Amino acid sequence: MYRRSFKDTRSSLGSPNPNFSKPMVALRFLRALSLVRRSGLGACSPSYRARGIRRAAYACMAASAGPRRAWSRALLRKIRRRPGRGLRRPRAVIWRHRPVGGGDRLEVALRRLVPGGGCMEYCRLLEEAADYVKCLAMQVRLMQTIVDSASHV
Amino acid sequence: MSSRRNRARQSGSSRITDEQINDLVSKLQSVLPEAGIRRNDRASAAKVLQETCNYIRSLHREVDDLSERLSKLLEESSSDQAAIIRSLLM
Repeated sequence: MYRRSFKDTRSSLGSPNPNFSKPMVALRFLRALSLVRRSGLGACSPSYRARGIRRAAYACMAASAGPRRAWSRALLRKIRRRPGRGLRRPRAVIWRHRPVGGGDRLEVALRRLVPGGGCMEYCRLLEEAADYVKCLAMQVRLMQTIVDSASHV
Repeated sequence: MSSRRNRARQSGSSRITDEQINDLVSKLQSVLPEAGIRRNDRASAAKVLQETCNYIRSLHREVDDLSERLSKLLEESSSDQAAIIRSLLM
């Protein structure tokens, strides 16, 4: 279901990201929502469907941000891995850079919250966190708008 | 490969300057909602990190909540994504 959006991202690898504008993210997300609906998840329990929608939200957000961001790449990797297809690669990279206890607690917390934040330089972490927050806030506003307009239709 | 902030400060020729870090922290502060840090001048890095963590957690919670609501709406609405799309894009 998410492969198509991932391929779109790959094709725009070299260019500045043209996909990251609110209408584009909205279209992508609405398309994903209609796929969720059509895929027969409607018959499943609401919580299962809600998880599918949440996964779609993060996938659309990451796909729209493009492959230049470490957090979007890490998020897409995590999402595509979750259904359990194929072998799970050992998370050696993340564990290797786990800060020793007694490090900055705030930094550790931030690394846990930002996707892919486990093994970045501190400066990169701050940069990625700012971008992640911006995109996440926009995704939330988008979903709120959809919920609001769907409630009034 | 990751150079910790502390290590960079202690070394003589640090690749990462304090000014660079302050720039990034203020950029991070600019995307946070105003309510967290009320002062006009730059807040400390620790405060900004704390606010960022809180904000990200609250955004995650909102995504979960909105996903639940969307899932209920998808179930209920017999008709139109078309109507929704129209109302959003036009």
